[in-house]
Parts: sequence; structure tokens; C-alpha cells
Amino acid sequence: MVHKSSVPLYWRLQKSRYTLTGTKCHTCNTVYFPPKEFCPACRRKGDIREFRFSGRGKIISYTVIRVPPEGFEKYTPYTVAIIELDEGTRLSGQVVGNPESIDIGRKVSPVFRKFHEDGPAGLIQYGIKFELVAEETPLK
Amino acid sequence: MTIGIVGYGAYIPRHRISVEEIAKIWGENAENYKRGLMVSEKSVPDMDEDTITISTEAGRNALLRAGIDPAAIGAIYIGSESHPYAVKPSGTVVSEVLCLGNDIMVADFEFACKAGTAAMQCCYGMVKAGMIEYGMAIGADTSQGRPGDALEYTAAAGGAAFIIGRDPLATLDDTCSFTTDTSDFWRRNMEDYPKHGARFTGKPAYFKHVTSAARMLLERTGTKPGDYDYVVFHMPNGKFPANAAKMLGFSGQQLQQSLVVTRIGNCYSGSSPLGLSNVLDVAKPGQKIFMVSYGSGAGSDAFSFTVTDKILERRDLAPTTEHYISKKTNIDYGMYVKLRGKLKM
Repeated sequence: MVHKSSVPLYWRLQKSRYTLTGTKCHTCNTVYFPPKEFCPACRRKGDIREFRFSGRGKIISYTVIRVPPEGFEKYTPYTVAIIELDEGTRLSGQVVGNPESIDIGRKVSPVFRKFHEDGPAGLIQYGIKFELVAEETPLK
Repeated sequence: MTIGIVGYGAYIPRHRISVEEIAKIWGENAENYKRGLMVSEKSVPDMDEDTITISTEAGRNALLRAGIDPAAIGAIYIGSESHPYAVKPSGTVVSEVLCLGNDIMVADFEFACKAGTAAMQCCYGMVKAGMIEYGMAIGADTSQGRPGDALEYTAAAGGAAFIIGRDPLATLDDTCSFTTDTSDFWRRNMEDYPKHGARFTGKPAYFKHVTSAARMLLERTGTKPGDYDYVVFHMPNGKFPANAAKMLGFSGQQLQQSLVVTRIGNCYSGSSPLGLSNVLDVAKPGQKIFMVSYGSGAGSDAFSFTVTDKILERRDLAPTTEHYISKKTNIDYGMYVKLRGKLKM
């Protein structure tokens, strides 16, 4: 987790958080998020390159946060889930919307939202969260 | 090759609060407000939504429709009166998220509710001058209305983005502006809520500027209201645009498709842009669109567009405005207070 006042750390993580950019080893086709600069499977034979995930996936597991860490009090209750991305890796992320409508196996798509505000005078951190794909109302 | 809108996109947060729900809290007659404002409910941003996130989603949809390399966009201008930072441009975040590259001109615009259309004019001028290939103009807001004030019934959230360039889905035939120093609505630095001149916001402000800009453009283009298939006005409520249409000689039928205010409220800088996106969602090749925005302070930007064949191949590449209008969850006043950050923790 990003320390509240670490502006340089937020800046360094911006690209992966804004665009879900990870890496892919073109030797073994394994994808990584957050990005790895070295493929632990292929080691020196690895061919790691930047890889952008679509952000589409499904919920593997989730928890509803009712006792939040400092700075997230106003958002409760909110849901944090383990998402399996369509391209084949898992990450944890917030799922927006009513926690009661969230369930294991539901499909999700990415939305760009505020992550955290470092108080009224501090930095606003942004990134990708997820929302349930409404299967009953297809995009039109 | 002509210049105009190459791609467009809308975004509206999903929460809605009804006029009844607000009127109940303040002991007001909801029917009076509904009749007077011609608004049934308004959109409310989630706690983690702001002008930057709304602009990003609208911009993403515009890129989907345009089908261009995002890095070919040479300028991004976001018009809003609710930029999250007083100092630090919204456009830098949006540009980075949409991968527009670093060879790009960025600035945030503010002119009350017409900053988004001012951004469109700038992009048009820069494309015409050959300075950039494409420019992205966005009008978006999470509007503020003081609790209990008449504005609370309409101040909503949403936005629309337009990519201006050549080979458009709607050519921008001409544009002009009418501007005066008229203080009908303002918000001082560090203040949470705007102040307004109540009835003064009508005749000497909205109507004078909207009709003056409209007449200027009709004269410049040698056209008359009957030459247009659709008309879009800034929508502080449902009544003002209806009256402006009548004063200028446009019919209710020409106005109807753009009147999104009745179901989502006044999205300020996103108001007329969302009206335009809702029209582009249904317009046919060859049809003409007349648009006049309004920003307090005060000024109006008028535009004439002609829809091209390209609309048919690009329209379905992103969600429609109606998709976002109808994708909604109604909330009560308690949740509204929480979502709008009116609770002191």
C-alpha cells in the first residue's frame, strides 16, 4: 500500500495504476501485474516486455470492508476483491457499487476512479477500480 | 477536407436523486419545483468520482468512436468549474490515463457552464491553423448547489468529450461567441458553493447571451432555424432552453432530443455537450445541428454542425448517452449527503 504522503512513490506507480500496465514474458507467455522486470520462471532466458491488460475479468473472492484503514473511513462499506483478469493473472482491487450485489464469479470491467485523498490539502490518488458487468443489460 | 467532430463520448454517474426526495427535506412542494424546473431527478457522482474521472471515461468513449491513435491528439482542454485541484491541471491526469503521449498541449478551462464549448472552439482553431492533427475538448462537472438552495434540485454531474479533427462524423460549419460582463452567477475562490442573482439569471443573462450568439451565427451562416434538424441549448433547467427555442423560432420537436436535463439535471460544463452527444446518437447523415452554450459571467458559444456518413460507422463503437441516462440507481437524501461529502467525519 502506498504511504499517504509518498508523492514520488505514487508517481512511480502511476502508469500501472492508470492503465493497468504490467509485463509479459515472451519466452513463457506469463503475464505479471504489478509489472516484474525479470521473469522468475525463465530467469536469464526471459524476454520481459510491457503489457497492457484490458481490465476485464471475474471475481475470485471478495471481502466487504467495514472497519477501514485510516483515510478510508468515509467510504465504508466498500468491497475489495481478488480479480482474475482475462489475460491470465490475478490482482486485488476495489469493486464499486453496492456490496450486496457483488458475488464470486461475477464478471467485471475497469472504471477510472479516485483511490485516496491525502487530506483536503494533499494529493488525490487515482487508478483503476472495477464494476460489475450488467449481463442483463448489454451495452447499446 | 472539412474539420469537425471525429469522435465523441459521454459519461454520466449512475446515482440519481429525485426532486421529491430533496423537496421532502426542505418542506417544499415538489410538484412546484418539477413544473417550474421541468426536471424530475438529477445525477449524483459517487464518492470516488470527480471531474477528472468523468472526463477520463467520456474521453475514452470519444477515442473508441474516433478510432485514431491516441498519440495523434495534440491538445487536450477540459472545461469545468469543479476541477479537483485549484493548482494542478485535470488534463495532465486524463492525458496520461488515455495514453495521449507527452507531445501534447494541455490546459484547464473555466467559464462557468460554457468552458467545454470554449475548449471545442480552441481545438477547432488549432486544427484549422495546422498546429495539431486532433484536439480533445471535454466539458465535465460535479456541480455544487448549497443545501436548501434552488440550485440543489438541478446541480448534477456528467460530461462529454469531443475529438476535433479532419474526416469528421459531423463537420463544424461555423462558430462564434457573444460575451459581456454580466454577474448572474459566481463562486469566489475557496468557497464551497456558488452565489446567484435568482431571477437576474434569466432575461439579462441566459436569454440575452443565448439569443444574441444564436442570431449572430444564423446571420453569419445565412441560415434560419428551419434549416436545422436539431437544436441544443445549455440546460440550467428544462424551461430556459424551451423558452430560448421559442424566442428564436425553433420548434419543440427540434429541441426534444437534446433535452437531457429533465432526467439528469444540469451538468454545468457538461450540459450542452451532453445534449449534443445525445443528438449525435440518433442524427442521420446530412442533418444539421445548431448548438448554443451559456456560461455565467457571461457568454454563449454558438455552433453549426452537419452530420456526415461517418456517423454510421462510428456511432456504435461506444456506449450511447442514453445508456448512461438509463443505467441508474436512485438514492435517498441521506445517501446524497454522504456521497457529496457533506458529512464532517
